[in-house]
Amino acid sequence: MKAILALENGQWFEGTAAGAAGETSGEVVFNTGLTGYQEILTDPSYARQIVVMTAPEIGNYGVAADDEESRGVQVAGFVVRESSPLASNWRADGTLADYLATNGVVAIANIDTRALTRVLRSSGVMRGVIATGAVDPGELVEKARAIPLMEGSDLVREVTCETAFDWTPVVDPADPDAAYVVAPERRASRPLRVAAYDLGMKWNILRRFAAYGCDVRVYPATTPAGEVLAGRPDGIFFSNGPGDPAVLDYVVENARQAVNAGVPVFGICLGHQILAQAMGGRTYKLKFGHRGSNHPVKHLPTGQVEITSQNHGFAVDPDSLGSDVEVTHVNLYDGTVEGLRHRRQPVFCVQYHPEAAPGPHDADYLFRLFLDEMERRA
Amino acid sequence: MPKRTDIHRVLVIGSGPIVIGQACEFDYSGTQAVKALKAEGLEVVLVNSNPATIMTDPELADRTYVEPLTPEMVEAIIARERPDALLPTVGGQTALNLAVALAERGVLERYGVTLIGAQIPAIKVAEDRQLFRDAMTEIGVETPRSGVVGSMAQALEVVTHVGFPAIIRPSFTLGGVGGGIAYNIEEFREIVSRGLDLSPVHEVLVEESVIGWKEFELEVMRDGADNFVVICSIENIDAMGVHTGDSITVAPALTLTDKEYQRMRDVARRIIRRVGVETGGSNIQFAVNPENGRMVAIEMNPRVSRSSALASKATGFPIAKIAAKLALGYRLDEIPNDITKVTPASFEPTIDYIVVKFPRWAFEKFPLADATLTTQMKSVGEAMAIGRTFKQAFLKGIRSLELGGARGQIFGQSPDEDPAELHRQLVVPNERRMWAIFRALERGDSIETLHELTHIDPWFLAQFKDIVHLAQTAALGEVREMSADLMRTLKQAGFGDGDIATICQTTPEAVRARREELGLSPTYKRIDTCAAEFESHTPYLYGTYEQECEADPTSRRKVVILGSGPNRIGQGIEFDYCCVHAAFALRDEGLETVMVNCNPETVSTDYDTVDRLYFEPLTLEDVLAIIAREQQEGGEVSCVVQFGGQTPLKLALRLQAAGVDIIGTSPDSIDLAEDRERFSQLLWDLGIPQPANGMAVSREQARLVAESIGYPVVVRPSYVLGGRAMAIVYDPASLDRYMASAVDVSPERPILVDRFLEDAFELDVDAVCDREGHVVIGGIMEHIEEAGIHSGDSSCVVPPYLVAERHLETIRDYTRRIARALNVVGLMNAQFAIKDDVVYVIEVNPRASRTVPYLSKATGVPLAKVAARLMLGQTLPELGFTADLEVAGVFVKTPVFPFVRFPGVDTILGPEMKSTGEVMGGAPSFGTAFAKAQMGAGHELPRTGTAFISVNNDDKPNVLGIARGLVELGFTIVATRGTAAYLRAHGIPAEVTYKINEGRPHVGDRILNGEISLIINTPLGRESFFDDRSVRRLAMMHGIACVTTLTGGSATVAAVKALGEEGLDVRALQDYYATAAVDQA
Repeated sequence: MKAILALENGQWFEGTAAGAAGETSGEVVFNTGLTGYQEILTDPSYARQIVVMTAPEIGNYGVAADDEESRGVQVAGFVVRESSPLASNWRADGTLADYLATNGVVAIANIDTRALTRVLRSSGVMRGVIATGAVDPGELVEKARAIPLMEGSDLVREVTCETAFDWTPVVDPADPDAAYVVAPERRASRPLRVAAYDLGMKWNILRRFAAYGCDVRVYPATTPAGEVLAGRPDGIFFSNGPGDPAVLDYVVENARQAVNAGVPVFGICLGHQILAQAMGGRTYKLKFGHRGSNHPVKHLPTGQVEITSQNHGFAVDPDSLGSDVEVTHVNLYDGTVEGLRHRRQPVFCVQYHPEAAPGPHDADYLFRLFLDEMERRA
Repeated sequence: MPKRTDIHRVLVIGSGPIVIGQACEFDYSGTQAVKALKAEGLEVVLVNSNPATIMTDPELADRTYVEPLTPEMVEAIIARERPDALLPTVGGQTALNLAVALAERGVLERYGVTLIGAQIPAIKVAEDRQLFRDAMTEIGVETPRSGVVGSMAQALEVVTHVGFPAIIRPSFTLGGVGGGIAYNIEEFREIVSRGLDLSPVHEVLVEESVIGWKEFELEVMRDGADNFVVICSIENIDAMGVHTGDSITVAPALTLTDKEYQRMRDVARRIIRRVGVETGGSNIQFAVNPENGRMVAIEMNPRVSRSSALASKATGFPIAKIAAKLALGYRLDEIPNDITKVTPASFEPTIDYIVVKFPRWAFEKFPLADATLTTQMKSVGEAMAIGRTFKQAFLKGIRSLELGGARGQIFGQSPDEDPAELHRQLVVPNERRMWAIFRALERGDSIETLHELTHIDPWFLAQFKDIVHLAQTAALGEVREMSADLMRTLKQAGFGDGDIATICQTTPEAVRARREELGLSPTYKRIDTCAAEFESHTPYLYGTYEQECEADPTSRRKVVILGSGPNRIGQGIEFDYCCVHAAFALRDEGLETVMVNCNPETVSTDYDTVDRLYFEPLTLEDVLAIIAREQQEGGEVSCVVQFGGQTPLKLALRLQAAGVDIIGTSPDSIDLAEDRERFSQLLWDLGIPQPANGMAVSREQARLVAESIGYPVVVRPSYVLGGRAMAIVYDPASLDRYMASAVDVSPERPILVDRFLEDAFELDVDAVCDREGHVVIGGIMEHIEEAGIHSGDSSCVVPPYLVAERHLETIRDYTRRIARALNVVGLMNAQFAIKDDVVYVIEVNPRASRTVPYLSKATGVPLAKVAARLMLGQTLPELGFTADLEVAGVFVKTPVFPFVRFPGVDTILGPEMKSTGEVMGGAPSFGTAFAKAQMGAGHELPRTGTAFISVNNDDKPNVLGIARGLVELGFTIVATRGTAAYLRAHGIPAEVTYKINEGRPHVGDRILNGEISLIINTPLGRESFFDDRSVRRLAMMHGIACVTTLTGGSATVAAVKALGEEGLDVRALQDYYATAAVDQA
């Protein structure tokens, strides 16, 4: 079946449908990772976004239940050059095409994804619509222009959990997937409790906390800080998530209270942007963001370079930060802020994804740093 | 971390002659490294015995030594040049082994030389199987169950734990020489015994078979601050059991989930840390069980490799260049990425296309060789293809191989008559397996069945099945009515016009016409290391059929240089060298240079070499499309065909017919020289003798021609390089056999029949000629072996040492007259033979030849560069060349052969070329130069000992001088009965020994016992062939100098004598040229 992807700038691409039939819209962004499409599809940070994979052969190894990063598919749409009809991997329990169709994801294949990526790179990310069947590209362009902009959108309310819950890790040593779990640098020397704000959290963050020996209680984004602090957690965590960080006043306020409470606080991605605001900073939208598994980040205190997993469209403006805040990590591609820490409080955060899934495990030490902070405050 | 300040002068070791497993990828990496070191302001001293390399160009390094890569010679260089540091990681295993030898002899310590890039312990852990296994156990990385053994008894003990099939890998041999897979105890004993012999440390690894597992490689880099990046992942389509050099491979890895891939990455990082590669690149191989994901580490190479060259070309990330900078102390984040300019090298390239690498074998040259693919590499070259999808890259890859004729066609193969044979071709890995898979799919075999038989991952098989389905769909209709949709689908899937023509039973021209009518032409995408995330400033392009084209041609005047495609015997690095030189010269002249080539090992496919690089197959379709695209902005586009060997020449006439401007010698002149009738007429008109000859298209005709010429005759197809299918026949019956087998070599071309000039002297001449008819002779090279041995397989020397000056004058005269008659503009190679005081022209090729780089190194004049300038219209006097070139010294070129890879193959030389590479030895005298060339080629000449002589009756009179010479040098002579009797009758003491079939102890026993140090053995006719062959093979396997021609014998005696009298000294090319300049002044 024919499918069309139309962009707000008037360009459109004709290809073939590669998922569910129908129409979808969102902000069109590209991801340069070579592996990990299922983790990307299920990452809540991609809510309301149409993801273009720059790697041309997608779906080769199928999908596996263990590779989900949330309750289900989160992207608004999916764009690939070539979609594999066959799932070839012992871990697979289905093909990508079936998975997309079953989960109602409208997707398009057989378009010049490199040309599309070059448009997004040079003009910036933009809104777009994918529709299958006999559709009029002109109408789709108009529709793309009508959808809400990412700037100003609070998407956290759409993806956060409804009620608080405890994450109980199931560790089955007989599970063949155990071989893929990175050994933690060390485990907590006493039971540690982490309170995690779910702004659209990837499950691998929880799995990493579990690997380090932490019990996690997950809270909806709207939970007042007082309620969280009342549970006397050893540390508070702000997760990744979608949308514009600048409109999340309620989360920023909670973060401010957490920072001031003197409890160890850690943030990832949107959580980093939230903490930056809580510490007085501002965020801005990047032209085309960072999405992929190959971004070099320099850890300034050690000079070490980490290859990181990234997925963000907004960044923290370093000039907006007060003297209380120190930039700890920078992106070596474009010099943007990748990590911060408070000079007096046990608070630190990174823009990228130390939990990987997908991507390299170079930054796993950050979980250990959080552990150090929590244990120091015994 | 800034650059180290304690290093000012670095010695770089090259990899020596091109051999199977170590080819021009090390010229690419070495050249990059030398350039990078020079750019950092360091003085570079280079040593490599291979003159056909860009790295040995005298203007590249400060001091360039073309000397044998032996510890003694490199020590002499160190003593003379006193480098502070040695970089051993860009010259393959050869350079690493030399570094270890130098360290162990205390040379590095004695002269205060620091190793950079890799330290001795790291080299040892990576190379020594047991140390590697122990290291892996220590860091919790699984390896296949195994044991290292030093004896057969130990091996038999270990195999009881390991089970069958068992893998046997000798320690410290190149490319897995001597290894193999044993399925039973008999095979096991045989392979272990061979492996123990071949291993310099008499040690083999016996290992659990992971045959059938998926095979992956990671190309990784690490800097002095422990920053680590993966440059590229590579998946082998052929499962474990086939050497990665013989596997069809794809980048990036396509069947690993992120979890599996990241685990592999983590393990790779632990391995490079544990092995202790402080800076630089490494290649790490893994096997993954497709049933359960179990992963084991197979091996790691602590240096740049063939795979790293592939990874560099596949991603645009120059691994060797970066490795050299890391060795100087830089960190990855301090080095910019050349392609994006704005980002650092501390990242992991990501690609938005698929790369497929196909090996190319040369089994047709070695009919008796076992063509089964195993853990020992057998291919001689490779082609790489890039496409937006796997299918496209795969089919472009097949087309890039240039197999020619029916062998190249994967579509429309004749169905197998014998299902058992098809089954065998699927089960036993061999060079034609991919073709068998396509036949099986055409007849309807399922992916499951094929996976069971081949162990190839079902994902790839499904892709092949898609391709077969597409072909079957295309076959249903007529090309002239083919829909745009179908045509686009086929082109996007990589089908060439020729493929579609085969499928639809029409001509490629008809397909092209329809394609153009439908408005379909390729678009070009850039290789940018980052999947378009950043702008690319480097026009490194591949063709595809997508919406957007990024070629972005300029309107400048430009020249397209056609490269030489995958390496094969007869067409290798020498031609790439010429292409690169042409590119440099044309760029210097202010032209925009455009390269087209598909060989990932080469310098020509380095994006630094030219202004614009198209990594594309060298077919008419692909080349015309590139030229059309380059013409788009109106710039005048010319094409150069004379540097890349036969590959571009085969296209020349058709390119010209399509309106392409070809500069230099006209395609018609090239054709004239190749066309036997026209060429004979030309020589007749010029009054220049050539051996009596004729042509034949049938057996009957061949007999008539041979009859009229007189036996023996040389027979060969026209338009071939490297003496493909060339033979000397002595009688009508052999001629019949030849004609019967030769038909499919080159169907539309006749067979050439020439009178064979037995025992003639042969000479090669390379000359440069301008448009005004000036001719400068670059050199006359005398073959050391007599006529009948392919010029590429013959050692040769410049200046000639046995030929009378009047004959040389005749040769110069003939060369000039022929060049003028052919209107040659650029390079010309001519071969001459002298018999009974008559100089004959054997053949003339108005193009770059295999000897151009060697001669350029000997003379110090870059002939290919001069030729390129002449092709632009400059004249020799304008360039300052008025006299024929001279050499300051004597330079001997000696070929190297791949026989050790092919058990069962005879090592005897003939008119069909078999060598893979060459070395050069330079010295003030012939004897020393020859000795150095022999050393460089790996034949250590004995200073004294026992010489075994066995020659045929014709050769007996001429062996006397050799035998006497040997006796004078203190050798004891041992000979077979007939030869011994003859020698004694002429007063030369000779002990009789049995031939192998005569009784024991025979000569084979004596070789095995190490009693023989030199063998002189000329063929004894077909009957005793097998006896001789086993002697020669034994000699080769035990590294004993074995000479199979009398002229070679004489040269050897001269060399041994010179070694004793003169000793060995080293001399930089720059010093030779300085002497020459003084002489001329």
